[in-house]
Amino acid sequence: MRGLKDSSSPTEMSGSGVVTVYGNGAAITEAKTSPFSVKVGLAQMLRGGVIMDVVNAEQARIAEEAGACAVMALERVPADIRAQGGVARMSDPQLIKEIKQAVTIPVMAKARIGHFVEAQILESLGIDYIDESEVLTLADDEHHINKHNFRIPFVCGCRNLGEALRRIREGAAMIRTKGEAGTGDIIEAVRHVRSVMGDIRVLRNMDDDEVFTFAKKISAPYDLVMQTKQLGRLPVVHFAAGGVATPADAALMMQLGCDGVFVGSGVFKSGDPARRARAIVQAVTHYSDPDILAEVSCGLGEAMVGINLKDEKVERYANRSE
Amino acid sequence: MVIGVLALQGSYNEHIAVLRRLGVRGVEIKKPEQLNSINGLIIPGGESTTMAKLAEYHNLFPALREFVKLGKPVWGTCAGLIFLANKAVGQKEGGQELVGGLDCTVHRNFFGSQIQSFEAELSVPELAATEGGPAHFRGIFIRAPAVLETGADVEVLAAYLKSAEVYFLFIF
Repeated sequence: MRGLKDSSSPTEMSGSGVVTVYGNGAAITEAKTSPFSVKVGLAQMLRGGVIMDVVNAEQARIAEEAGACAVMALERVPADIRAQGGVARMSDPQLIKEIKQAVTIPVMAKARIGHFVEAQILESLGIDYIDESEVLTLADDEHHINKHNFRIPFVCGCRNLGEALRRIREGAAMIRTKGEAGTGDIIEAVRHVRSVMGDIRVLRNMDDDEVFTFAKKISAPYDLVMQTKQLGRLPVVHFAAGGVATPADAALMMQLGCDGVFVGSGVFKSGDPARRARAIVQAVTHYSDPDILAEVSCGLGEAMVGINLKDEKVERYANRSE
Repeated sequence: MVIGVLALQGSYNEHIAVLRRLGVRGVEIKKPEQLNSINGLIIPGGESTTMAKLAEYHNLFPALREFVKLGKPVWGTCAGLIFLANKAVGQKEGGQELVGGLDCTVHRNFFGSQIQSFEAELSVPELAATEGGPAHFRGIFIRAPAVLETGADVEVLAAYLKSAEVYFLFIF
């Protein structure tokens, strides 16, 4: 401060009009309430269904026609984001509007992790769900969006039970595994589903006295850990995502205990999207019936070109957030 | 008594869980032949377009219509109501197949997108009088349909009022 003769106190500064602070310096919009039950309710309606990534109105109609229970509106599917690189952001609202007009099923869209203004824009478009997604480039590498501030429900990714419960505490009304989007390799999705389900099985058999330390170990809020123990499952709907490319992949996720499946690049990066989309929808409904699975898996044409995750150089989107 | 729950997509697990709590056996219905062994059917909530597609893939519509015609009790929740309506508006391009049997016109996704979803207390005096229990029921309306018209034989048990118009909810 030497040499600086500060004549004005902070209070004088604030009224002088030199630089006005926007919104009193508060970054977050005022909290809007929508009961959590209403947010969770839509996810419950989506159970046993397939949510498909689409990049235009035409693809959205193909997905609806095949029996998708919702579509995810994006500019580029994860496989293209991987191939093209660069910064992946929220889609152009015009595109999202067009997709919303093309179909009657629910429409979701992705916002960058921590980018609460993208989320505000998506909420204003009147879509049905926001995916705060690690597939897009991060906007904040420490903080997720405070999802309690929104009326629109959110779905978030997780790799394990602790991460799932942290997202639920932030207000997520639906959870999906992260998997590795855009690879067509199911291994990471299997790892994440097994991790969540395995931890829940351990938790169910745990003495109540041990739950405090367990909650600390997985860095999750104690009350949600206890609720999970009592329910014997996550307290919100739990879908699988990231690497699902075939009807068998989708049925595998269901048999491992998921409530439904997201399919990203797997449908529209394959040889015959309409047929594959329909087969995956049927596989999710009849996931425990090998006869039907065999029937729907026949003659689907080429599956998406996969990226083998054994290759260390492949970027892990799942590790982008905690 | 065995009650079937149409288990194509949506909240069929929740319906089976409620049946179990009531001490009734609930079974999943995914194929036409499974309808032969049940006393009543519940068509749960979900995405009606998806459920209609899946029913079509496995040729369930003729069997469902036959089941309704037999006069066995059928319950429709949300998307299930759309299935049972004789007429539906607000459908996807090209429309969707219905089971029918309930003399009413349903508007799909009447209230708008998820932002317009809400909860409301509904007055159910008749249910309380005949079945006991509280006179109010908490209804959750998630991208819900509305019943625009009902035929003369349809008895309305509860209604939700909005801007001077009446939207009927529960019809049997």
